[in-house]
Amino acid sequence: MRRFLRSGPDPERERLKRELFQFNKTVEHGFPHQPSALGYSPSLRLLAIGTRSGAIKSAPSYGAPGVEFMGLHRENNAVVQIHFLLGQCQLVTLLDDNSLHLWSLKVKAGVSELQEEESFTLRSPPGAAPSATQITVVLPHSSRELLYLGTESGDVFVVQLPAFRALEDKTVSSDAVLQRLPEEARHRRVFEMVEALQEHPRDPNQILVGYSRGLVVVWDLRGSRVLYHFLSSQQLENVCWQRDGCLIVSCHSDGSYCQWPVSGDVQQPEPLPSYMPYGPFPCKAITKIFWLTTKKGLPFTIFQGGMPRASYGDRHCISVIHGSQQTAFDFTSRVIDFTVLAEADPTAAFDDPYALVVLAEEELVVIDLKVAGWPLVQPPYLASLHCSAITCSHHVSNIPLKLWERVITAGSRQSTQFSSMEWPIDGGTNLAPAPPQRDLLLTGHEDGTVRFWDASGVCLRLLYKLSTVPVFLTDADPNESLHTQGEDEWPPLRKVGSFDPYSDDPRLGIQKIFLCKYSGYLAVAGTAGQVLVLELNDEAAEHTVEQVEADLLQDQEGYRWKGHERLCAAGPVHFEPGFQPFVLVQCQPPAVVTSLALHSEWRLVAFGTSHGFGLVDHQQRRQVFVKCTLHPSDQLALEGPLSRVKSLKKSLRQSFRRIRRSRASTRKRRPAGLPGEVRHEVPEAKTERAGLQNMELAPVQRKIEARSAEDSFTGFVRTLYFADTYLRDSSRHCPSLWAGTNGGTVYAFSLRVPPAERRMDEPVRAEQTKEIQLMHRAPVVGILVLDGHSVPLPEPLEVAHDLSKSPDMQGSHQLLVVSEEQFKVFTLPKVSAKLKLKLTALEGSRVRRVSVAHFGSCRTEDYGEHHLAVLTNLGDVQVVSLPLLKPQVRFSCIRREDVSGIASCVFTKYGQGFYLISPSEFERFSLSTKWLVEPRCLVESAETKNHSCPHNGAGHEKAVGRARNSGSQSDGEERMPGPVMEHALLNDERVLKEIQSTLEGDRACRSYGDWHSRRMAVGYSLSNGGGK
Amino acid sequence: MNRSHRHGAGSGYLGTMEVKSKFGAEFRRFSLERSKPGKFEEFYGLLQHVHKIPNVDVLVGYADIHGDLLPINNDDNYHKAVSTANPLLRIFIQKKEEADYSAFGTDTLTKKKNVLTNVLRPDNHRKKPHIVISMPQDFRPVSSIIDVDILPETHRRVRLYKYGTEKPLGFYIRDGSSVRVTPHGLEKVPGIFISRLVPGGLAQSTGLLAVNDEVLEVNGIEVSGKSLDQVTDMMIANSRNLIITVRPANQRNNVVRNSRTSGSSGQSTDNSLHGYTQPTESSFQFDEDSDEDDIIIEDNGAPQQIPKAVPAAESLESLAQIELSFESGQNGFIPSNEVNLAPGPSGTNTESETRAPDHKLLEEDGTIITL
Repeated sequence: MRRFLRSGPDPERERLKRELFQFNKTVEHGFPHQPSALGYSPSLRLLAIGTRSGAIKSAPSYGAPGVEFMGLHRENNAVVQIHFLLGQCQLVTLLDDNSLHLWSLKVKAGVSELQEEESFTLRSPPGAAPSATQITVVLPHSSRELLYLGTESGDVFVVQLPAFRALEDKTVSSDAVLQRLPEEARHRRVFEMVEALQEHPRDPNQILVGYSRGLVVVWDLRGSRVLYHFLSSQQLENVCWQRDGCLIVSCHSDGSYCQWPVSGDVQQPEPLPSYMPYGPFPCKAITKIFWLTTKKGLPFTIFQGGMPRASYGDRHCISVIHGSQQTAFDFTSRVIDFTVLAEADPTAAFDDPYALVVLAEEELVVIDLKVAGWPLVQPPYLASLHCSAITCSHHVSNIPLKLWERVITAGSRQSTQFSSMEWPIDGGTNLAPAPPQRDLLLTGHEDGTVRFWDASGVCLRLLYKLSTVPVFLTDADPNESLHTQGEDEWPPLRKVGSFDPYSDDPRLGIQKIFLCKYSGYLAVAGTAGQVLVLELNDEAAEHTVEQVEADLLQDQEGYRWKGHERLCAAGPVHFEPGFQPFVLVQCQPPAVVTSLALHSEWRLVAFGTSHGFGLVDHQQRRQVFVKCTLHPSDQLALEGPLSRVKSLKKSLRQSFRRIRRSRASTRKRRPAGLPGEVRHEVPEAKTERAGLQNMELAPVQRKIEARSAEDSFTGFVRTLYFADTYLRDSSRHCPSLWAGTNGGTVYAFSLRVPPAERRMDEPVRAEQTKEIQLMHRAPVVGILVLDGHSVPLPEPLEVAHDLSKSPDMQGSHQLLVVSEEQFKVFTLPKVSAKLKLKLTALEGSRVRRVSVAHFGSCRTEDYGEHHLAVLTNLGDVQVVSLPLLKPQVRFSCIRREDVSGIASCVFTKYGQGFYLISPSEFERFSLSTKWLVEPRCLVESAETKNHSCPHNGAGHEKAVGRARNSGSQSDGEERMPGPVMEHALLNDERVLKEIQSTLEGDRACRSYGDWHSRRMAVGYSLSNGGGK
Repeated sequence: MNRSHRHGAGSGYLGTMEVKSKFGAEFRRFSLERSKPGKFEEFYGLLQHVHKIPNVDVLVGYADIHGDLLPINNDDNYHKAVSTANPLLRIFIQKKEEADYSAFGTDTLTKKKNVLTNVLRPDNHRKKPHIVISMPQDFRPVSSIIDVDILPETHRRVRLYKYGTEKPLGFYIRDGSSVRVTPHGLEKVPGIFISRLVPGGLAQSTGLLAVNDEVLEVNGIEVSGKSLDQVTDMMIANSRNLIITVRPANQRNNVVRNSRTSGSSGQSTDNSLHGYTQPTESSFQFDEDSDEDDIIIEDNGAPQQIPKAVPAAESLESLAQIELSFESGQNGFIPSNEVNLAPGPSGTNTESETRAPDHKLLEEDGTIITL
């Protein structure tokens, strides 16, 4: 009956839920996956990148830090080219389906957003081959109305913007060009496709058309005639027109480039001698060239490719030649495109280039051309998160200023090789409020490094990089990476970029990270059972890291570890200022560390592997205890990961064979053919292929079986948790360590930590006090203790730093155990079942990540609730209430097939989260109405800047979604332009008052309609709060 | 009914109904407006009033047309009792502390109750030793067909008791498609099917599930729209007390409906095991806490089952018992946790199959039910 009464939503709670929870995907951090095109607007100082990442194509634009836009094409096609229209907030993209799309940066309610305006596909005339209209080059004309489209057929079509109206009478057909060429130049097949289209830098009525066979003509648009033509003996790749229009530089497929002076009278100028920078042996094509003049006289020649084919043909190089200086920048991944930032004013006499921007497959590199040595500029965004594959991540909210500054200081010492140049791509204005707090995202990488990212705002910025590699002796020569080419070497290669996916030793990989933001203690655990405890030191130091060995098998007999060896610790090591390790705990066997917890107040570190868990006193550098969690029958866990992989492969192969055998009997009677073939094939490959084919025939089956204690990996320690709670009796609380395993077992140890004054003299003692076996045996993924007010216990040192109320130690504590299938609350100290929520039984979903988050109300300052943020294996994020375990809201967030995305998810303490949408990009999402980090920025072209009105009243009526949301996500229109409101409001007190009055008058009635205005007002208060 | 009542025919006609209420050895008679029975709370108050037991917590039961003792504890079953009473509503009242829950249920008034009592109640709740008559003490149900009366005849709801047996559940499921009748005509919809039974497994040994049976529900949750993996996870999560509703591929063995079958038990024709009583209401609660028996080891002592937290003030065992039973279902009479309360044999009765469902008189039986 009580159940009956409970049903039906409580309107009050529903309203509160709306004030607390809201789901938004806010911003993508990192480097776009599979970039395919680069565009740059010198007047807007904006950069655009197009991608080809499977289903979703995007064209993000970037300007000043914080200025970011995202646009999604509806089509699932790669972006081939991006061109900004001169001086306008518009850009044109060409997709690989030959469609053109016009995008605009529209200002709505004070924020710019990227919107698709128009799309267009060039239609071929009846009877013509489809290639006739296959666009190869796009030239936006300076008149801003016309777009010249070079095609594979050699014709240049003209379309009018913004409507994409084809102007057929203006087409520059290859026939027309042919007719107007002098007799001797009319070779057969001189045309083929258009490789280059350029407008005369000074005269908008002249365009240059370069054809792939080597013919270049300068076409007079008004007179429809050929002004000049040049014929090169080599296939043309690209051309560049010198700023004054007097010189044309062409580059060719044989790795040469050629200069053609253009003078008034000669119709067919003679070229200056062609130059092959990396000759004389055959070279690869120079695919793009820039010829840039400087005030000082010597021009910059910057080109892509042209390397000697035999010895350096596999390099991805861009060469810069300036007088006697020449460098071939050698990129670690393929160069997609590059551009040079130079004088934007078209009337200026010289280019005076100042930066080279290179879009490589895996990173964006900007090189300072003004400083000798051409140093790199550290990008404030588009960081290559995946320069070594990300293996884990850890988020720490609200970093104390002290620690923040020390990390930044340590980091700035690491980036001395970077140029001091301000980020040159600085278009637009960032309107987002200053982040209300300092957040750190720590990523662990395969190469044994931990990167510290500033995750407070829209730009994910690298603050500091920690390498654990020096602690260990590895095969890799530490100097190898620093090895630079000698002066006399040719070509003058210089490695640039941070993308380095090759790990020297997979054992170095980081698996778990735990940072205490109050003490600056950091624990980092890796693939070979190594656990390092580090502390922040502002001085460089040289010392030997003390080692503690933790034998997790203890006296278990007869087990043999077949996995990798442990890493060998090096002797005394010189450590740079920053996080310096002082204790190394080595688990034996050296299996992957699967869980880690650090208690900086008690100076204890706990770690777990698939064999058990242990506790080390890092103050005394002494092991407190180890506990083996292995089930006697779990042989697999003992043998190590390598044999495990092997056995999986083997079992797969066996199952393929089994299937094939069963199929074979049905096939026997069939006349030879397939079985005969099989016999002749390479046995292994063919068997597997046949197996795969048969797999498709046989339906996918799932075995239904209860979990048993004998299942593999039951001892795998999934979670560790420190708590000061009532473990033994209700009169005394004590430190405790909790561990949860894959087999649904929870162990609790009561600890005795000596008081501070005797901390070094007396040992820490531990005693197993409780062991709970969940009968459903699902893996335990989270353990939490709630205090007498049902509030989660604070973090260590949080109370000491006055950042949290002391926990309530009067009332009775409760233990929350989250398994993949259920949430359960037990009483403490006597364990009895109090509440539970069965997730899997009801929904069929399983918990993948769970974390406590504080959800602040967007309506009432200071009101907030602690709840569980949960990610399931179906990619849904849910909020489950504490302490009653009631599901609050659920949103689908990650595609359920995206296993790595789900595995990479990390929640923040304030209801936001990150997950990898590609190896190189984090998507940031928010479950909170209060904490949203999303780009808000304004870009105005030169003209609109002058006319823009100081306050934008119309914006108050509409909330704006960003372009990327406008298509599919309905939540898009709910987005509120908070900071913009602030921007507008500060200019207009009247509006401020109006909003305030609405706010007050609205408290009673809460229709959906006034939801927006309420939220806007909240946005205002939030951004004010941010300033505190 | 053999025993006719003076007001019998008339009472229905007049819209009033005679109530005969028994508490202990005392009877009270009064009449009720059939069309306006009022609320259960009022009725409960009335009973307390007529029996002069205003402050005694009691359980109220009635004899339905089949002679089953069924509880009245909410408006729904009270109205049901009133509407079906013909011509006399016979009420049985027990003190809560002395309540014998086993009295409730199918055929309870017409058979010997001690078997059931034996079965349903763990030893520590037993008021007095009962004599085991026919069943071996260690008998365990392994499967049953349930909810026959509320399911379409083409469906079968099967309960597999993994509890205590070492036998694997032993079946596999797959994706497939089935044809459904929809407002737009026949439509092919994706479904989940049983693809394989492991020889010797629980599923196969019961004979209640077969290859190509379509799975419609898992423990009361519809599987339509769920992926194979989701359904797999749901089944494994419920593996200790798995209730699968299937549409058998072979429809010939369907349970033959008998209007006289009271309660909800049904028996498949090819099953030698016996039905297990379930509440008749369709609001059957599926979250039976068969996995509530998490184990705790304190200070390296002996493993113990983790008890349910009991509100401090009501630590009386009997009250806790009532709490549980009220929570577990609207009817609140069969403690649906009995599966874990009683790891022993469950509600089975060989007699129930052979008993002719005729109108036997309710007989006086022990201390509880008397006519």
